[in-house]
Amino acid sequence: MERKRVLKDRLASKFMLLLSVVASSIIFAMIIGLYLRSRTILETKPLSELLFSTSWHPLQGQFGFSPFIMGTLWVTGVAVVIAFPLSIMAAMFLSEYAHKLVGELSKPLIDLLAGIPSVVYGVWGVLVIVPFVRDYVAPHFPESAGSSGYCILSGGIVLAVMICPIIIHVSTEIFRSVPLEIREASLSLGATKWQTTKFVVLRKGLPGVIAALVLGLSRAFGETMAVLLVVGNVAKIPSSVLQPAYPLTALIANNYGEMLSVPLYDSALLLASLILLLVVLFFNIVAQLVLIRIEKRIR
Amino acid sequence: MDRRKIEENIFKAIMITSTGIILSGLVCIIATIVVKGLPAMNIAMVTQTPKGGFYLGKEGGILNAIVGSTYLAVGATLLSILISLPVVLYLNIYAKRGSRFVSFVRFSFDVLWGVPSIVYGAFGFTIMLYFGLRTSLLGGIIAVSLLILPIMSRAMDEVVRMVPEELLEASYALGASKLETALRVVIKQAFPGIVTAVLIAFGRGIGDAASVIFTAGFTDSIPYSLFRPVATLPLAIFYQLGTPFPEVQERAYASALILTLVILIVSISVRIASRKFTRNVVK
Repeated sequence: MERKRVLKDRLASKFMLLLSVVASSIIFAMIIGLYLRSRTILETKPLSELLFSTSWHPLQGQFGFSPFIMGTLWVTGVAVVIAFPLSIMAAMFLSEYAHKLVGELSKPLIDLLAGIPSVVYGVWGVLVIVPFVRDYVAPHFPESAGSSGYCILSGGIVLAVMICPIIIHVSTEIFRSVPLEIREASLSLGATKWQTTKFVVLRKGLPGVIAALVLGLSRAFGETMAVLLVVGNVAKIPSSVLQPAYPLTALIANNYGEMLSVPLYDSALLLASLILLLVVLFFNIVAQLVLIRIEKRIR
Repeated sequence: MDRRKIEENIFKAIMITSTGIILSGLVCIIATIVVKGLPAMNIAMVTQTPKGGFYLGKEGGILNAIVGSTYLAVGATLLSILISLPVVLYLNIYAKRGSRFVSFVRFSFDVLWGVPSIVYGAFGFTIMLYFGLRTSLLGGIIAVSLLILPIMSRAMDEVVRMVPEELLEASYALGASKLETALRVVIKQAFPGIVTAVLIAFGRGIGDAASVIFTAGFTDSIPYSLFRPVATLPLAIFYQLGTPFPEVQERAYASALILTLVILIVSISVRIASRKFTRNVVK
């Protein structure tokens, strides 16, 4: 009886350890799995040509990712430029100024915003943001009058709303972790609340705020469905935010149907996924390392 | 003095406006979906599968997608629980606290959490190529469970971590093995948190489109086997929105309303679950 219990415990322990090892190696499996599949195209074409060529003609065997990479960068850039100041200001308000009740009430709402599926964001973008950009923004710029509204700006606005919750979430945590004493020290020296927030809380929390920004950025970088629906999907390097673009994620999602019938096409799309994965991994690892350091310092 | 006061007020106004803009984004999204979705809602939408010519504006509903999404999300959630729960118990009970391995596993989940869902789809697709699987319910379940695994594990880890050390020691002192402690004490103590984690992951799984586009495919019928393609709500919305017919696009809005309602119900349940199941919890 006793032996059976001990044996069960041992077996369970080994099984759980095995699962933990497997679960934590998923990330490596993803890199290797995608690499093995994209090797076919990497062997036939130099990486620099794939990354910097603008000519995308899969039927002629030309796979230049440049327009798509530029599309992703533009959309992500617009989203971050809109979302970052809004989210930081909101996070400061919620952690420093807001009445406790307001904070309690807005937390579930922001969680809800984070939980809305991206395709619903996409539908909202098509119904609200696209017509708004078409009717109220584009007409003010003569060179893009007659724009359909499906453009980088629309994609950026939709994405911005999507990444606000994560930036707010991480940065309120950071602001709250700033010790009360140093705030009080600043206030007792005669600084106003805003000065304290600006010079003490924000400065102290700056690395964490940057980590929050990077996490939001990488979320925007990899977002697919919402962007796909509103950004226009034209494979040309854009030159203004009122032009359509074709981000990498949209490229992958849109061409699933044809990719198995054209040689190298599937390999090219999986290479695109690998590029996305590596870029996002890099961002995430940096951000998480910063956050871990902050957490250690607090304890 | 006055300048400082003015600056204070200006920035306070900016902060309140920013918070207002973000929250009104939420209100605007939900209002838009309700206003546009309700008129196109009818019983047929939720009780019928698409009939011939559905995507041209003829009769039918999206029962195929509702059932498909449910199968897929439930399957993925169960699979994900089977992996998350043992891993989380291992990290918090068997492994040495603060060991390198523990931090590594946590770190890998944090990093996985940020991987875009389309990449999970592409990776799921490479696995399927490897095993010779076609787009199927099984493929979708694998991709989605990979996607929600880090979300569920990290959320569970947060609560299991909070179980007081003394409680474990009391259980060991009574002669219980670690396994018995884990199953009878820790799970009971952390139950509300575990339910919350599962619900959050489920919500994420049912709403994700990019990971299933490669792996689960799409079909107009209700799947009867793990190896058949399966329709999902997000993709149903996507395809209906992509047709040039206004009637079909309106159905996409109605479908989006259904999906939003599902998400709302899930997130309200999260709130209730985290309050209600606290009966057995020792504080």
